[in-house]
Amino acid sequence: MDPSLFEHRSDLEWVIEPRGRMRVPGLLFATEELLRAMDHKVYEQVVNVASLPGIQKASLAMPDAHWGYGFAVGGVAAFDPEEGGVVSAGGVGFDISCGVRSLTTGLVRAEVEESKEELADALFRTVPAGVGSTGGIRLGREELDRMLLGGARWAVEQGFGGHEDLERVEEDGRMKDARAECVSDRAKTRMRDEVGTLGSGNHYLEVQEVAEIFDPPAAGAYGLREKEVVVSIHCGSRGLGHQIGTEALKEMLAAAPRHRLALPDRELASAPIHSPEGERYLGAMRAAINVALANRQVITHLARAAFAEVIPQAHLRLLYDVSHNTCKVEEHRVGGRGKTLYVHRKGATRAWGPGHPDLPEAFRAVGQPVLVGGTMGTCSYVLAGTETGMEASFGSACHGAGRGMSRHQALKHWSGRQVVDELKRRGILIRSPSLRGVAEEAPGAYKDVTAVVEATHRAGLARRVARLVPIVTVKG
Amino acid sequence: MGQTPEAEWEHFAHDADIGVRGRGKTPAEAFAAVALALTAVVADPGSVRPERGVEIACAASDLEALLFDWLNAVIYEMDTQGLLFRRFEVAIKGGRLLATCFGERVEPARHQPAVEVKGATYTALHVAQDERGRWVAECVVDV
Repeated sequence: MDPSLFEHRSDLEWVIEPRGRMRVPGLLFATEELLRAMDHKVYEQVVNVASLPGIQKASLAMPDAHWGYGFAVGGVAAFDPEEGGVVSAGGVGFDISCGVRSLTTGLVRAEVEESKEELADALFRTVPAGVGSTGGIRLGREELDRMLLGGARWAVEQGFGGHEDLERVEEDGRMKDARAECVSDRAKTRMRDEVGTLGSGNHYLEVQEVAEIFDPPAAGAYGLREKEVVVSIHCGSRGLGHQIGTEALKEMLAAAPRHRLALPDRELASAPIHSPEGERYLGAMRAAINVALANRQVITHLARAAFAEVIPQAHLRLLYDVSHNTCKVEEHRVGGRGKTLYVHRKGATRAWGPGHPDLPEAFRAVGQPVLVGGTMGTCSYVLAGTETGMEASFGSACHGAGRGMSRHQALKHWSGRQVVDELKRRGILIRSPSLRGVAEEAPGAYKDVTAVVEATHRAGLARRVARLVPIVTVKG
Repeated sequence: MGQTPEAEWEHFAHDADIGVRGRGKTPAEAFAAVALALTAVVADPGSVRPERGVEIACAASDLEALLFDWLNAVIYEMDTQGLLFRRFEVAIKGGRLLATCFGERVEPARHQPAVEVKGATYTALHVAQDERGRWVAECVVDV
């Protein structure tokens, strides 16, 4: 994008002053280099979101922003229902509650190095991944509904993990106000065989090593030390979330004239928070959040089983579980007064600062862990929420790198075998049912996550705590 | 009835996602071709055997809305039954679409499926006749 389109307010803040139908300014957090590399459509999408009713303060974009359906990926926007505020399916994203959870293992790299081939095989055997894979759990309708309402809590009650896991999950493992009756039969059917599966595309399970610590007190609070082996899981609400998103998009579009919503883009489909369509979507979307939380909880259990088989002394303890495609009801200060807002984060991670009452006791002093996934072969980061971020971005930070190259281009550049062999030379083992999938997800097809994290840190949205490098990656 | 014309589909690049396009003498042919482009996002259609048929019916007020529903219905069958499709027989009449999709269950070792298609989108959703009078049906799909 052309930086001259913005008012350069400070080093990392780029402002679009309100014009036309914009109700608030647009505000992008990025270095000039990241901004220049962004597609111009990000500008248009930030402007479009700024025109939606009830939006508060500014239409925001994180340093990893790129084009998305309706809202940019990396977009953050908060709406006040008392000012006609809307909820938007395009503002949450199709893979509802896609997110990352990380677990510490109590092991250092040297303890897994010898058995890492065996460990990779065990994880690949135990955690279903890839197109058409099914989980070991078949749910009848009543049980499925219990999962939609119970989230990770439901999974723990079924024997997947322990109660101590739950306080290390956003919403204590269960998104409240979910409504199973708002989820269509088709969405439920798409989930029937998919509980406890990773999916495909950019989703993965990774064994990683803490390569660098930036913030020892926060790292200590998170249980991270240098050379500690960590397991990270990146996946979401599978087919169910997508079906809910697609159906809501259609329903909201059809209802938009009735709500006098002039939508600049069909994918921006929205409905007033206090409307039948808005309430139905919120009920269903929260159920999808619970599905994602349950899914990551079941996969955690499977990862523990695989570790127990190969390295029995491993103790996989949940560090934290964050979702980066959500809309949540939160208290924020706007213009000096407290407001209850519906905060959309699409490809953006919640990042509560120190002292936030919703944080587990262990994190209260240092802020919320923000888990930023890389891709196989590149590094990932753990950050911590800040007080400045609470003010600047409704307590939100980046979520990853984003693709720099299309799947087709990646296929032309690399073969799957070549990627697997090259990473193996670098000590990283890949396990995937599809070599074509590996080629399309080649590390070189992604943007530089380190630049995104540095910009996030310098902008004060979250601060760097640790850098993780991959040892084993299971890809769908 | 529009069958699957082999050479009448293609993909187009769209940021992180991918666009599917089909062409044909009639909307039904273009719809059959664009569905084959959908299979090709996941795997080589040539590797898929048309062993069993699945019927799909949908209806919409215009051809673009019908394309959105059609592709999402195909994706639903792929997802819930673990299928890949090789051949499509499509009939469109008065806003109603009736189709039979022929394919088989995914076998990862043989099909090397790259990625699941999660849904068709409204982005670049377009159904029209080109300058030569051939029908083109296309949209971006989310993967």
